[in-house]
Amino acid sequence: MQRPRQPLLVLAGALLALWLVLPLLPLLIWSFARGWRFPDLLPRQWSLHAWETVLSPRSGLLESLWLSLVVAVLATALSVAVGVPAGRALGLYRFRGKGAVELIILAPVIVPGIAVALGLHAVFLHLGLTNALAGVVLVHLIPTLPYMILVMAGIFANFDPAFEAQARSLGASPWQTFRHVTLPAIFPGVVVGALFAFLVSWGQYILTLMIGGGRIVTLPLLLFNFAAAGRNDLAGAIAVVYVLPGIVILLLTARQLSGSSAALGGLGRP
Amino acid sequence: MTEVTLTGLTGRYPGATAPALERLTLEVRSGGITALLGPSGCGKTTALKLIAGLMRPASGGIAFDGRSVLADPPETRGAVMVFQNPLLFPFQSVAENVGFGLRMRKRPAAEIAARVAEMLDRVHLPDLGRRRPAELSGGQQQRVALARALILGPKVLLLDEPLSGLDADLRAGMRDLIRDIQAEMRITTLVVTHDQQEAVVLADRVALILGGRLRQHDRPEMFYSRPADREVASFFGGRNFLPGHAAAGRFDCALGPLVLPGGLADGEGLLTIRPEAVRLGPGTVNALAAEVTERHFLGTQTRLRLRVGAATLEAALPPDQVEGIGPGQRLTVHLPPASLWLMAGPG
Repeated sequence: MQRPRQPLLVLAGALLALWLVLPLLPLLIWSFARGWRFPDLLPRQWSLHAWETVLSPRSGLLESLWLSLVVAVLATALSVAVGVPAGRALGLYRFRGKGAVELIILAPVIVPGIAVALGLHAVFLHLGLTNALAGVVLVHLIPTLPYMILVMAGIFANFDPAFEAQARSLGASPWQTFRHVTLPAIFPGVVVGALFAFLVSWGQYILTLMIGGGRIVTLPLLLFNFAAAGRNDLAGAIAVVYVLPGIVILLLTARQLSGSSAALGGLGRP
Repeated sequence: MTEVTLTGLTGRYPGATAPALERLTLEVRSGGITALLGPSGCGKTTALKLIAGLMRPASGGIAFDGRSVLADPPETRGAVMVFQNPLLFPFQSVAENVGFGLRMRKRPAAEIAARVAEMLDRVHLPDLGRRRPAELSGGQQQRVALARALILGPKVLLLDEPLSGLDADLRAGMRDLIRDIQAEMRITTLVVTHDQQEAVVLADRVALILGGRLRQHDRPEMFYSRPADREVASFFGGRNFLPGHAAAGRFDCALGPLVLPGGLADGEGLLTIRPEAVRLGPGTVNALAAEVTERHFLGTQTRLRLRVGAATLEAALPPDQVEGIGPGQRLTVHLPPASLWLMAGPG
């Protein structure tokens, strides 16, 4: 479907892109600057110093990048594992206390993370989950799960389980039914939900800091360390690395995320 | 060929207070088409889901050829259900849809391709294999759904309202297709429908459920000529019911004394005759002097409402026989004894 390109639409798109890209520009400039003082529109001297430092083993960037990736991937995988069945229950079935369950699932989005983390810190101390990767991954589920579950609940609300019954009757085992009928239908939703979960985990600062006790230095923690130390050039370089996955993921999945939501919930109710 | 035996089959949806299907006992004839007929909401579709194994019965038994299948999951039970909605998988081509069951059974690709082509040919859609389901008409989708079930060569084929989603001109084609394929493959077929017309044209046995109870299980024509009771007769369009008393081959009722066919029991009874069995003219016996009170043209027949003494009688006649006949006119009709049927008790 080719829509006519109206000038207004192009203008709106350009403004939106500018609004998203403009704040990132100073970061990029900082990372290549040797000093950049107030009245100057651009730095007087350019340098690769910040990038050399950041990319050297000493800076800890690679470790943090790797750690952030591990935490985000694990948190996303767990979110999918919990969010798909939970979203199915909320989207497909009616049961007593459904409203309360929905509220509890949404609560982490409503309640400030730091309040939750303070309480959780005490619990995790008991369980020996503080200062450990496992604890950080678990605590990341608090903000990631609501997104995953809400996306999947929306997908399943539009899913006709009669397709599964039909597959079973045609000789598919429960696993084959999930693999060949349910999954293809909900896959776009899983991608979108996982994407949200990954980015939410990727952006966590407070929860990682509190539960990780400063030992699990993910990228945002590293970034904050340098920013707090006034090293704008190093912080700029790290920030560029930090925003990269979001942009890459966005570009890769733009098709699924954009308005062509007909792809979402492929097995619509008749 | 498989005989299906249902004994006291009861199905209940979780959370529901009343069972959707209550104690259905039925023998589904091996190798034929049986229609389970009943008004909407009488649990017919539930019965199919129970037989297919898609739902667990609250109580009762299901046996194929005398062997209980309650422990078999749907994928190994050998009963394939075709839903009212074609439910073609939208992300698969038509050929992939038809081959779905064989793929799940991990048959070789070459065999699947050959069988799919054969099956699409069988349902008269040989060239549509590469299309997407959404590109097909409703009737074509229904035929693909049928092919997708038949390719598995099931022991039992379960069809949920196979004709109701189709336009009138497509129904005859689909009916012939189901009958032809069934006759060829001899698969025991159970059709569920709320439409007595659909049941009669498809099935060689009809099981009628009314008020949650199996009322009559018989050849289709028997529901017209030998209904079990007044409700059964009414469901099949019976309009004439006359309470009276039978004795020595005669029946006394509001129409006067009538000559009965042989073999009917004496005593109190409810006489019925199909509107289309009422004949014009004096005949040999059971002639009645009648006055026309209403006339309705119904396309293939014209209905006359007749007053006979204090009683009323409805007659359905070919339109060419009633030309010029209108309300107020007096005429003579007769009731051939062979068309009379006596049901128990004045109901």
